[in-house]
Amino acid sequence: MFETLIFVLDSTARLSTPLLLAALAGLYSERSGVFDIGLEGKMLGAAFAAGTAAALSGSAWIGLAAGIVISVALALVHGFACITNRGNQIVSGVAINFLAIGLTALLGQAWFGQGGRTPSVSGGGRFGELTLPLAESLRDVPVIGLIYYELVSGHNILVYVAFLAVPFSWWVLYRTRFGLRLRAVGENPGAVDTAGISVTWLRYRAVICTGILCGIAGTYLSIGQSASFIANMTAGKGFIALAALIFAKWKPVPVMFACLLFGFLDAVAIRLQGQQVPGIGEVPVQAIQALPYILTVVLLAGFIGKAVPPRAGGVAYVKERS
Amino acid sequence: MTPILKTVAILALAAGLAATPAAGEPVLVYSVGGKFDGSFNEAAFRGAERFAADTGEPYRDFEIARDADSLQALRGFAARGAEPVVAIGFNQAAAVAAAAKDYPQTNFSIIDMVVEAPNVRSVVFREHEGSYIAGLLAAMASKTGTIGFVGGMDIPIIRRFLCGYRQGAASVSPDIRVLFNMTGDTPAAFADPARGAELARGQIKRGADVIIQAAGGTGIGVLQAVADAGVLGIGTDSNQNGLHPGHILTSIRKRVDVAVYRNFADTQAGTWSAGLEVLGLAEGGMDWVIDDNNRALVTAQMEAAAGEAAARIADGTITVHDAVSDGECPL
Repeated sequence: MFETLIFVLDSTARLSTPLLLAALAGLYSERSGVFDIGLEGKMLGAAFAAGTAAALSGSAWIGLAAGIVISVALALVHGFACITNRGNQIVSGVAINFLAIGLTALLGQAWFGQGGRTPSVSGGGRFGELTLPLAESLRDVPVIGLIYYELVSGHNILVYVAFLAVPFSWWVLYRTRFGLRLRAVGENPGAVDTAGISVTWLRYRAVICTGILCGIAGTYLSIGQSASFIANMTAGKGFIALAALIFAKWKPVPVMFACLLFGFLDAVAIRLQGQQVPGIGEVPVQAIQALPYILTVVLLAGFIGKAVPPRAGGVAYVKERS
Repeated sequence: MTPILKTVAILALAAGLAATPAAGEPVLVYSVGGKFDGSFNEAAFRGAERFAADTGEPYRDFEIARDADSLQALRGFAARGAEPVVAIGFNQAAAVAAAAKDYPQTNFSIIDMVVEAPNVRSVVFREHEGSYIAGLLAAMASKTGTIGFVGGMDIPIIRRFLCGYRQGAASVSPDIRVLFNMTGDTPAAFADPARGAELARGQIKRGADVIIQAAGGTGIGVLQAVADAGVLGIGTDSNQNGLHPGHILTSIRKRVDVAVYRNFADTQAGTWSAGLEVLGLAEGGMDWVIDDNNRALVTAQMEAAAGEAAARIADGTITVHDAVSDGECPL
């Protein structure tokens, strides 16, 4: 029983990672007042770039760099449309999602001719599982050994990056000048502008942060968790991340717990499938798979407290009306 | 007519002529996913290529971008006198039914779905016979006595495939435990390798050491997880033995190429007939692959047992339960 729980939690960590990275990515952008429903598209673009670069170069790190570059480029397109040209942020986000779905499949097919798939990578082309120091020697210690060996050790480096990004993001948002200004520009860009700080530049920096984190998330999907890019492989994770972000009321630490919760439900759904649960019988998997969405709807309906978005979110900043 | 319109009309006509097949030329319309999907459509393409190589007759093919394009493509080819018009994939069924009604003189064929019309041949496969062989091989190769199954979208044909697999495993030993998971209940379940890998890892942790994938793109993740963990996987639809040499026990092939070839060849020979054609092990519609990549994994004993089971299914002494038409899986 204990062992099963550890395995489920281990699976939770792997399943939560892309959600966590994407949700933190969304956090930067949205706290600066730029809504971003294009997380999905950026992840997909990054996953494709990482898969392609890793397949061609044989290096996972080059894949990661390519993923981040493409994701940041897409983020800058979003920034250019919404910040510089004050376009509608939702429309721009949707456009990026469509662009990424179509372009990755098209280029993948044109370059590799495998139905939009990139060639599989192995060895150095992937982020392999890391065995943390002492994991092997502690393995046989009861309880702690199992937790350390199965749960803490044995993930690829991007999983650790994702979880370290949480305290880092907290520190950036709440303990640095950049973070203070970022939060301020999402609430009251007029005040920030009055203080002589460029709203445009600040928001651009925020979307670049979003791009970097989405790039890591996409890379994780294609060459961390899998070994190649597959058409539309994000399968809605960008939207679940968005739900997690709203669920967590745009705060980094709650974002982590929301993503862990969603990942945990997913892991439980996998484990419970086709099994008899005492007292209930066979649980319909659909019920558990729908839980993240149901929870978000419940939250949005106001049962778990109100989720208030950044006040200036979704509104382009106009310096002066002529 | 203005000059511009004239030019457009001429161009359109020219384009139309360029794509016009000679009367009686066979045509293949692929399913969404494209010609080189490494699986279903590609198998159809191979069948058509083989026909072209064997007979020297040309054929024409067409890739649709979405289901809605299908009807237009089918009608276009029928109007230009193509013979037969072969549509790949269950998602073209409605279009084939409509086009067949509009062009009663043209012979249509649909692969993997049934359309009832006097000028349509429907080709379906007894996938459960192939998966029976897979289950038998998996059970024999397993050292732990536990084997796994990862399906894509939870639909009846995947359940039928699962049922065949379980029956095959049970034929080796009633004590074999079969773990099974479905990836989801939307078509996205066929394109989520990360989740497929996670499902496979879960089964491996519970003791499975041979896992079959019946999940399209998701299955790539399943086989990856299997290779990472150093256990065995089984591929489906096309020959996936080469994906992870030494880790793929075998691949269960659905011979879409055979179906396409037979359609084209029958038309050429003048023996084409409408109606339902069901391809199983006996007709060469399903098979399993041994090549250099998995030669060392399949023992002579396993090969003999699988061969015998295949022969007995073909001659009818073993009947594999069909979970779609015969109701619930008995296991």
